[in-house]
Amino acid sequence: MAEVKSLCAALLLAGTLGGCATSGGNPADPLEPLNRVVFSFNDAADKAVIKPVARAYRAVLPGIVRTGVSNFFSNLEDIWISVNDVLQGKFQDGIDDFGRVLFNSTFGIAGIFDFASELGFQKHNEDFGQTLGSWGVGSGAYLVLPILGASTIRDGFGLLVDIQADLVFQIDGVPVHTSLYGTRAIANRANLLDASSVIEQAALDKYAFVRDAWLQRRRNLVHDGDPPREREEPDDEPTK
Amino acid sequence: MKISSCLLFALLIPVAQAQQPAPDVLVKSISEEVVAILKKDKDIQAGDSKKVVDLIETKVVPHFDFIRMTRIAMARNWRLASPEQQKVLAGEFKTLLVRTYSTAISNYRDQQIDYKPLRAKPEDTEVTVRSEVKPSGSSQPVSIDYEMEKTPDGWKVYDVKVGGVSLVTTYRDTFAGEVREHGVDGLIKSLAAKNRQPERSKAGKA
Repeated sequence: MAEVKSLCAALLLAGTLGGCATSGGNPADPLEPLNRVVFSFNDAADKAVIKPVARAYRAVLPGIVRTGVSNFFSNLEDIWISVNDVLQGKFQDGIDDFGRVLFNSTFGIAGIFDFASELGFQKHNEDFGQTLGSWGVGSGAYLVLPILGASTIRDGFGLLVDIQADLVFQIDGVPVHTSLYGTRAIANRANLLDASSVIEQAALDKYAFVRDAWLQRRRNLVHDGDPPREREEPDDEPTK
Repeated sequence: MKISSCLLFALLIPVAQAQQPAPDVLVKSISEEVVAILKKDKDIQAGDSKKVVDLIETKVVPHFDFIRMTRIAMARNWRLASPEQQKVLAGEFKTLLVRTYSTAISNYRDQQIDYKPLRAKPEDTEVTVRSEVKPSGSSQPVSIDYEMEKTPDGWKVYDVKVGGVSLVTTYRDTFAGEVREHGVDGLIKSLAAKNRQPERSKAGKA
């Protein structure tokens, strides 16, 4: 993780220094040239290794097992999600999410079954980047992190905090640690196989498409699904 | 004769109005119809992407306003395009969106779709119809919102937002970049080239 951290630090630094070296595209993406290089690297790594493994994972394991694996990791996440609820002042969500953890960890056998959702306690999507956003921190420049993918300066900082709070990260012993990380990454990628096939079909420029979709998605998450409306008909006035 | 035709006319007006269903009812009925065909059709389940595209073309496309969608995606560059170019652009963009939509819909399994109550006043001419798709397993439901406008031909969709991501504005920067570097004709060319590529509709084949 030390490498990831120093890499992040380097990129964040590049973000502040390289602010003037723009390529003229999206104003939220002053680091576009650098980001495109990292994006191509990630895309190549995905095509060569990650996607084939995820596809094999999906082909070999029955759906019920894959759901169990995803639920197990999702349950661990819920602890940190409930902390972020509280940090954002959403106390009821915090109680609900913590209740999900208690319920699913016991009745759901270490989180393999998500009975709480079936009882109507819906999972929330929170992380520290969103918490910073809810406190009014702007997203800063768009940032493509090696392997981890789309992010922003704010969400990159958020991710550093998320990693520290990650239970899987806390586990001692490199083999266990690494295999849990790997399994989680592959399970997450397998869940996104359909979505990535849609992006391949949709995008003229995959880099720009992923960036613009990601930025909208984060904005939506920070506002819990109800962001303030943007101008709808910008053809009458400059967009930038 | 005259009275009866007058009567007939008087009767027809409310009928014509009643035939324009409310936006949420419209979205729900189209989705249910399409889902029912997807579940039933053996060719589609075997991966016949042509048939999915045909299904979208006949059932879904008539309820979309592709001119407005293209205008939003083009933003200020829309005015740079001649009326002829605007028409061609809207046509190519439509093809791309239909193909994208059919790729997405081919991945549909048995997810449950919930429709939220419509929050709109009767006189509104622009509304958002909200729905949620619940995937199997524990993952969070994904919101699908339809931005709709009232037109003389009934309600039309001019944007679809999946998890808060607008299908239309996501193209804005790509379109702007193409126009900046290669002009409006360059954008038309790359859209057409993209549309000539083979489809990637089977799940996981991409």
